[in-house]
Amino acid sequence: MSMLLEVSGVCVTFDGFRAINNLSINFAKAELRAIIGPNGAGKTTFMDIVTGKTKPDEGKVIWGDQNMSLLGMSESEIAKEGIGRKFQKPTVFEAQTVRQNLAMALRNPRSPFSVLMHKKTQANASRIESVADQIGLLDSLTRVAGELSHGQKQWLEIGMLLAQEPRLMLVDEPAAGMTPEEREKTTSILREAAKTCAVVVVEHDMEFVRRLDCKVTVLHEGSVLAEGSLDHVTSDQTVIDVYLGRAHA
Amino acid sequence: MRRILFLALALWLIVPVATAAQTLQDILQTHQEEVLKPGRRSVGVVLDDLVASGLPQALPFLEAWRDREIVQRDSDGLFFRATEDGDALALTDLDTGETVPAAVSDDFTESRPNGGVRRAIGDALVQFQLSDPDITKRRAAVEAIARSMDVSQLSPLEGSIDTEEDPALKAQKTRLVGMLQALFGENTETRVAAIEALSGDLSVDVRAVLNRITATTPKIATEVPEDANVAQILTVGEDITQEEAYARLVAAELAAPLITKAAVRDALLANIVDGSVGGITVDKLDTDAARALAYDALALDGLVAQRVKDTEKVEALAAHTFYLDYTEPDSVVTDAASKAIRAIETNVALSQTADLALDALSLASIYFLAAIGLAITFGVMGVINMAHGEFIMMGAYTGYVIQLFIPDYTIAILVALPVAFAVTFGAGVTMERLVIRHLYHRPLETLLATFGISIALQQLAKNIFGTQARPLTSPEWLDGALVFNDVIAISYIRIAIFVLALLFLALILYVLKRTRLGLEVRAVTQNPGMAASMGINPDKINMLTFGLGSGIAGIAGVAIGLYAKVTSEMGADYIVQSFMTVVVGGVGNVWGTLAGASLIGFLQKGIEWLNPSNTLAAQTYMILFIILFIQFRPKGIVALKGRAAAD
Amino acid sequence: MRKSFVAQNPSVLWFIAILAIFTIGVTLLSEVTGVNMISTSFVKTLGKTLCLCLVAIAMDVVWGYCGILSLGHFAFFGIGGYAIGMWLMYARTEGIVVESLVGQPLPPTPQEISDVIGNQIFGVVGSSEFPVIWSFADSLFLQLLMVVLVPGLLALVFGWLAFRSRVTGVYLSILTQAMTLALALYLFQNDSGLRGNNGLSGLQNIPGFEDVSQATISIVFFWASAVALALGYVFFAWIVSGKMGSVIKGIRDNEARVRFLGYHVESYKLFVFTTTAIVAGIAGALYYPQAGIINPGEIAPIASIYLAVWVAIGGRGRLYGAAIGAAFVSLLSSWFTGGGAPNVNLGFYEIQWTDWWLVLLGFSFVVVTLFFPKGIGGLFDLLVRKQS
Repeated sequence: MSMLLEVSGVCVTFDGFRAINNLSINFAKAELRAIIGPNGAGKTTFMDIVTGKTKPDEGKVIWGDQNMSLLGMSESEIAKEGIGRKFQKPTVFEAQTVRQNLAMALRNPRSPFSVLMHKKTQANASRIESVADQIGLLDSLTRVAGELSHGQKQWLEIGMLLAQEPRLMLVDEPAAGMTPEEREKTTSILREAAKTCAVVVVEHDMEFVRRLDCKVTVLHEGSVLAEGSLDHVTSDQTVIDVYLGRAHA
Repeated sequence: MRRILFLALALWLIVPVATAAQTLQDILQTHQEEVLKPGRRSVGVVLDDLVASGLPQALPFLEAWRDREIVQRDSDGLFFRATEDGDALALTDLDTGETVPAAVSDDFTESRPNGGVRRAIGDALVQFQLSDPDITKRRAAVEAIARSMDVSQLSPLEGSIDTEEDPALKAQKTRLVGMLQALFGENTETRVAAIEALSGDLSVDVRAVLNRITATTPKIATEVPEDANVAQILTVGEDITQEEAYARLVAAELAAPLITKAAVRDALLANIVDGSVGGITVDKLDTDAARALAYDALALDGLVAQRVKDTEKVEALAAHTFYLDYTEPDSVVTDAASKAIRAIETNVALSQTADLALDALSLASIYFLAAIGLAITFGVMGVINMAHGEFIMMGAYTGYVIQLFIPDYTIAILVALPVAFAVTFGAGVTMERLVIRHLYHRPLETLLATFGISIALQQLAKNIFGTQARPLTSPEWLDGALVFNDVIAISYIRIAIFVLALLFLALILYVLKRTRLGLEVRAVTQNPGMAASMGINPDKINMLTFGLGSGIAGIAGVAIGLYAKVTSEMGADYIVQSFMTVVVGGVGNVWGTLAGASLIGFLQKGIEWLNPSNTLAAQTYMILFIILFIQFRPKGIVALKGRAAAD
Repeated sequence: MRKSFVAQNPSVLWFIAILAIFTIGVTLLSEVTGVNMISTSFVKTLGKTLCLCLVAIAMDVVWGYCGILSLGHFAFFGIGGYAIGMWLMYARTEGIVVESLVGQPLPPTPQEISDVIGNQIFGVVGSSEFPVIWSFADSLFLQLLMVVLVPGLLALVFGWLAFRSRVTGVYLSILTQAMTLALALYLFQNDSGLRGNNGLSGLQNIPGFEDVSQATISIVFFWASAVALALGYVFFAWIVSGKMGSVIKGIRDNEARVRFLGYHVESYKLFVFTTTAIVAGIAGALYYPQAGIINPGEIAPIASIYLAVWVAIGGRGRLYGAAIGAAFVSLLSSWFTGGGAPNVNLGFYEIQWTDWWLVLLGFSFVVVTLFFPKGIGGLFDLLVRKQS
């Protein structure tokens, strides 16, 4: 089975510092994957590369069935190809309502002219409502996003990802700052989403990763250290060294 | 005769007292007729004798003679110097210089030398003056020769070189002789040698001499005469336009004049008969074609001259050769002169480039001074301060006010620099405390708020100091310029600004890199939260940094005020350029500001050089260039790289 | 849930209604169409104010809604003025010249007429030849096209260059300011072909309507300005209220997020920048025939900053706020600087407002930025909240 996204041999250097060092990592079409690693392991930079924000010095990023290279494409083109991204800090449009936030994310033509001529339709409205239902914000559609709680903002951002109907979701620390109940709900939202598309979760919190119950990739100093089930990687001696060594230093 | 003169002069100089027994009056009496009614030819004898006599009183006599102040007493034929005193004449004895009792003008006959004679007298005077014991007179004589550049001056000048004591004046005389020889040397060899000697000299007067030798006159001929010293054969259509070539033919009466549209019109107007001309009614004559038809009809009737047909025009042009003819007939001399001109031009071009570079350097220093304060507030702190220009203005006005109280300009400037720093430092800190502190996370609003302060300060300055420009006078030792040669020169004030800019660069690098304050500033810039947790008070650091940036603007104001005028709008003139400097150079980096200032300074001078008539255009093109430049290097010349530079 | 555009945006209705009442009111009080209580020059001032409101609304869309603090929109305004001014000046000079040549014994040729016109217009800068940019000056239609095309194209090219290299925030502001300065410096040159320092003048005389009094012309232009303002308001309200508004507000608040949603942010910015530049050009084309004269000083960067000041004082991010700000500050400014405001005697010093108005404006602007970031428009929020 061909892969949805193949990253191979990618290197990125910032001012002499190798943030990503010969990184190779693949994702299948519908899988849930967790990426863990200590600070500075290159998790966020990896996401920046896939979404087009950072251009790698070398390596390949191949996407989809047509084996399209994502390098050289702009952020918006990559997003239109079906790669959605949630940032570490919840970034929703706080001045606008939940409905407007979702409507903006909804999979529709993105050119200025079609946006200008956009008419509200029943189909769109029901799609917005179903996404809102999924993230538990159906009652809050008319509320301004800035008024939402931290957890709700995280969900709204995940909802915006869902509304994009992506084929790959990159989710950066979705559970940060959430109560245990909220984490529970976040887990179920992500697992649900992973049924239709690939979901890649970058997370610090081992407890949350354990709850996701999926394949785990450990990044360290810009490359893959270990891959497999959580139990497998946590028993790996090198991983223990990296984590514990750091933790005790 | 020139030789005799020379000999006489030399004799006179060596043995001044040899003929002292003779008086001036004696010589004049010998030539009574020539003195009283001098002619262009006859005057030479008198002058020769006067020069030969070597009498010191000959000089004032010649001056008086030239100024028509010499009279002859009718009764005894004696000559006197006379000035009118009412109806009477005040007389002076020519030998003793004593006053002679006044007399009635009727008893005297004036000597009235005509223009030619006076010129001859003037030449003789020059000979005297060139050897005058008073150096100022000698200098004046040399300058007079340099102005007139006449053939007759060559030998007296040459003769006076050996005895010249002042080395500078001697060099000047030698140089002048060289130029005169290039122009009037006896034979081709001397002239060519003189010309070649001149080719190392860049000065304007040497170039004028060479240009005079290579002066050309445009000429027309069917066949170029063989003895002509032709500078260039002009190809019609390339070196000279058809219209111009034909106009020359017409001027030389070698072709019939073209009938211009205005001439057609006048001819038609003159020949209107019963509301029509040449069979066409007047109201139809509102196109050039109709007018041409009417004119041709008139020409057929012989009322006006025929229009020149295009074929005739072409034939006339083809039949003649247009060429430039050297006024100087000797082709060896003109060749040598054009070669010397080319050599000089190359040299001048090199010197001009060097001069331009100096100009650009001093402009860059000014931009650097204006922008360096901004580089700190904008570059390091990320605060847009539109009132930065007004801080520059405040500094300049501080200097002006201090000069009102301290009359010694040197002391005034030395006092003004720290006081300007203190004043603008205070203003900066006040502004930071009252306004900017509240807007750190709203950069666009900082821009607008500081703009509000900017217009208020500008108007306040206008209300206090008026709209007139105020002078900020530099001390005397900064007047004048450092001159390398006739092309390269730089005023001391610009050098001072350059030095000041260097000092500031060093100072700021030192403060930022080597002091506790610099360390804390960098810490606060990079991570205010972390800095605060390490015991650094970010509030205080921000305040001090802003004060420092503003204070430097004040000092820059004093420097700029010395160089330009102090007005309430002077800040506004520098603000956009200053921002450009910082942005082009790369934000957050002192070296970047230096690079930006250099780029903008050199670029502006470079564009001005390409289009020298128009500073406004130069600025327009420069800004367009900067807009394009930012396309390719959005982060400036010295860009911070990596994740730190990302938004 | 599908409410009409107007019902969703009650402020549009309010704005149009108030504008209509104001327009009719002024008409009824004016010299020719009413009871002669408002002088012709004041009608012109009001008409000009309406044009300033229009350009302020455009500025609000580009800054308040899209977050681009453009310091170049008054330059687009000026370009519009120059474009229409060229036709006004050419056509009027042509009329005068043709009339003056009528009595000649020979009827003039087209070339002769053109030479005399050129001499009349460019004599002041020591030239008599028509520069290339005046090629279309004889056609009202083409010059009207220029009013739209020149600012539009300039904004398109400049915006494309600036946005594609991701210049944002204060950098973009400085860059637009540089553009404005370059344009102003260019126009200040005598050989720019636009009469340098002298600018274009006599624009209040409309060719073909020499017999119509200025009083009537002023009312016509007042109405035209009012209609343009109303249309502009509705147009921009339509743009900012729908999904387009959502996207451009999103760009203002978090450009990167919008980009990762798949929107090509640069196109949107370019659309907003260019559209507003065109509207600014149209506003300028209506303003300068009422002002009568345009010169490069009008385009100087400071004018564009004032525009930002109006919008900030009126209240960003709401169209009516921008209109109120422009009207309020510009009318207040002419009241103070025109000697309308009484001097204040402090005993030791007499404050003359002609000298002190800018100081007051500057400092009050700082106060507004610091303490009332929502501007005058913010007051309406308080009203609405109290009612509900």
